Amino acid sequence: MALLDVQNLEVSFVTRNGTNKAVDGISFSVDTGKITAIIGESGSGKSVACYSLLGLVPQPPGRIDGGRALFEGRDLLQMDEHQLREIRGRDIAMIFQDPMTCLNPYMTIGKQLMEPLLYHRKVAREAARERALELLEEVGIRDPAATIDNFPHQFSGGMRQRVMIAMALINEPKLLIADEPTTALDVTIQAQILKLIAELQHKRDIGVIFISHDLAVVADIADTIVVMKQGQIVETGDREGIFHNARDPYTKKLLAAIPTDSKAPLPGQPEPLIKVRKLCTWFAQGHGKEPVKAVNDVSFDIHRGEVLGLVGESGSGKSTIGRSILRLVPVTSGEVNFDGTELTRLEGRELKTMRRRMQMIFQDPFASLNPRMTVYDTLAEPLLLHGIETRKSVAQGVLKLMDDVGLARAFVRKYPHEFSGGQRQRIAIGRALATRPEFVVADEPVSALDVTIQAQILDLMQALGREYGLTMLFVSHDLAVVRHLADRILVLYHGKIVEQGSGDDLFERPQEAYTRQLLQSIPGRSLLA
Amino acid sequence: MSTRQNIVDISQAEQGTSLWHDAWLRLRRNKLAVLGLVVLVLFVAIALLTPWIAPYSYQAQDLELGASPPSAAHWLGTDIFGRDLLTQIMYGGRISLAVGFVATSVALLIGVTWGAIAGYVGGRTDAVMMRLVDILYALPFMIFIVLLSVVFGRNMLLLFLAIGAVEWLTMARIMRGQVQSLRQQEFVEAAISLGLPPSTLIRRHVVPNALGPIIVYTTLTIPNVMLLEAFLSFLGLGIQPPQTSWGLLISYGAETMEEYPWLLIFPGLALALTLFSLNFLGDGLRDALDVRGAKD
Repeated sequence: MALLDVQNLEVSFVTRNGTNKAVDGISFSVDTGKITAIIGESGSGKSVACYSLLGLVPQPPGRIDGGRALFEGRDLLQMDEHQLREIRGRDIAMIFQDPMTCLNPYMTIGKQLMEPLLYHRKVAREAARERALELLEEVGIRDPAATIDNFPHQFSGGMRQRVMIAMALINEPKLLIADEPTTALDVTIQAQILKLIAELQHKRDIGVIFISHDLAVVADIADTIVVMKQGQIVETGDREGIFHNARDPYTKKLLAAIPTDSKAPLPGQPEPLIKVRKLCTWFAQGHGKEPVKAVNDVSFDIHRGEVLGLVGESGSGKSTIGRSILRLVPVTSGEVNFDGTELTRLEGRELKTMRRRMQMIFQDPFASLNPRMTVYDTLAEPLLLHGIETRKSVAQGVLKLMDDVGLARAFVRKYPHEFSGGQRQRIAIGRALATRPEFVVADEPVSALDVTIQAQILDLMQALGREYGLTMLFVSHDLAVVRHLADRILVLYHGKIVEQGSGDDLFERPQEAYTRQLLQSIPGRSLLA
Repeated sequence: MSTRQNIVDISQAEQGTSLWHDAWLRLRRNKLAVLGLVVLVLFVAIALLTPWIAPYSYQAQDLELGASPPSAAHWLGTDIFGRDLLTQIMYGGRISLAVGFVATSVALLIGVTWGAIAGYVGGRTDAVMMRLVDILYALPFMIFIVLLSVVFGRNMLLLFLAIGAVEWLTMARIMRGQVQSLRQQEFVEAAISLGLPPSTLIRRHVVPNALGPIIVYTTLTIPNVMLLEAFLSFLGLGIQPPQTSWGLLISYGAETMEEYPWLLIFPGLALALTLFSLNFLGDGLRDALDVRGAKD
């Protein structure tokens, strides 16, 4: 018998604008000792389905319309709050996406780990501490005895996620629900956490539900894969089946959205548009403290018409390089030469003239658009500021931009919050292209988007790049995306360039140990290669 | 897409600066806010026209009549000197409303500008500007007023100045906090990379997004200022008889509340109506300016 057997689960949300079916009759099961992955884009109902099992969907507005969820033979949906509380955290434990918001910042991790033992199981303090130390050791925290009394902020993101996993395991659950546990982490850390989850699951022989938006992430660990779309399951299958013999068109679309090819380098003689020499961008930390050397003595060229990929983990300085070139952060020393003009010392009118020639596309389209400006105002602003259009012709210019980035003209008077993430990123791209720039910095432009939307936006950027003849600096932590898009790639580590080359060079013949480590961390390599 | 559709799109697109236009459309749908606005406009209009429309002259008194309850001749009754209460309230409203709106506008203008600059520029400028605010905060209000009245003598202008000079401090602090968090937002960075000059950037991208708390605080400040005026006048530092204000009328009315209740009720009602209207209007404005709360 399956550990968890969900049959025909239906969950809906009752809002002012009517009833919205979030989960529409799904059935799946989880076996002891197996990992079931639930894959879907945002809004597909994958999280709601799992949260509703544990009574964690607020009712109202949520409502469970029907179905059964048998956990060891008992129906979770029929239990009252008291019975559910018994099960939550003891038999079924959860880990979440963002470990920082799930840990109490004012309590040491030791205390937080011991709490459930002290209160629920009435274990003696000494024994609880002993148990906590064991678990920290098990989830790979180095020297637990020395760190158990530290506060959450003293740990890195990956270490915090390990602590969260330890907390989930402390009551020996039979089922672990992991909701996008690696989405907030760097690619190398992600690989470590995935490995840890697979190891623990195997060793403890528990069932795992792994919720993710990214098929590639679960490629190496899932036994069963459930693909969800708009509240329904479109396909269920084992790992091999999904990756090699997908039947459903949506699954195929998800698979196709994982970029695997690499772009051929530009033909002809390269001609540098931007020359970066000995660039240093340091951030002061207050008196007497060593500054943070975000970018430390970096030199490279960006050739006219090329897409230069910049990869590295968070904290490697990749975003800061882009912002330094655009003069969005003050440069400490070094030179940035843009088509013969030295940028680092420009001020006032001259700087404004140069700003027209270089633009930025930001990571989070929910933060990079002014919430109180309509599409029209957002796009008209750069057109008018740089005198590209007159007051009379600006409306035409705005509509032309909307056509270019694939936004329906009828949306011109709408505000950003009325759009989906992909549409918002289109607005942001339109704003960046409004000044007819020669050079664009794209800072993780697709990492906040769903996989299939990612593919659309990347296609759009490529098409527009050709149409506008853009030179692009493409900053990303996602190596597969960079390989697909970039002519050349720079690998960054701790503010320094460790390796550079074409996509094929780096992927097939990496020279540096760090590059190799990055490549090995790309999820789903084995199945996708 | 047909040509006709295109024409529609362009004419739609040509209506620029949509935030305030949209906000006005939304505000118009909020009945309470509109009611508040109507009452306030009415009060201001009456205040402006008082010398011509007041039923009696300001000096007119009928000592033999004394304090009389509302009647056909004196709609709201008379005070102990036989002066018409309606006339008194109308003249008092001129001063109260002027103090309320002028002092608040002064506070708003200085506070928002000061806070926006300090928050946006940051660093040493911010430190110096905000320390100055702290110093002014630390100054006891009463001593400040007494000092001012010693130097300048007692007059209306002094009152506006004194109250405005105290109220802008909080406004500046609220604004600075808002701007500091807004400055970190990517859309501000995007505006910088477009090459927008700082003044335009603050006006178009920062201030509109900081307006919510500012509007709420403003609607709280106006009544506050009116009450402050009453308090100062009561202490003999503000308005002096024969001039009057709602605050003064209320404090006199309170003394004779048991014998002549109308002397408290009617000026109190005038003040209360103004405050209610301000609150409704303020709430409505805040909702109207928050595009995310819009349901259409």
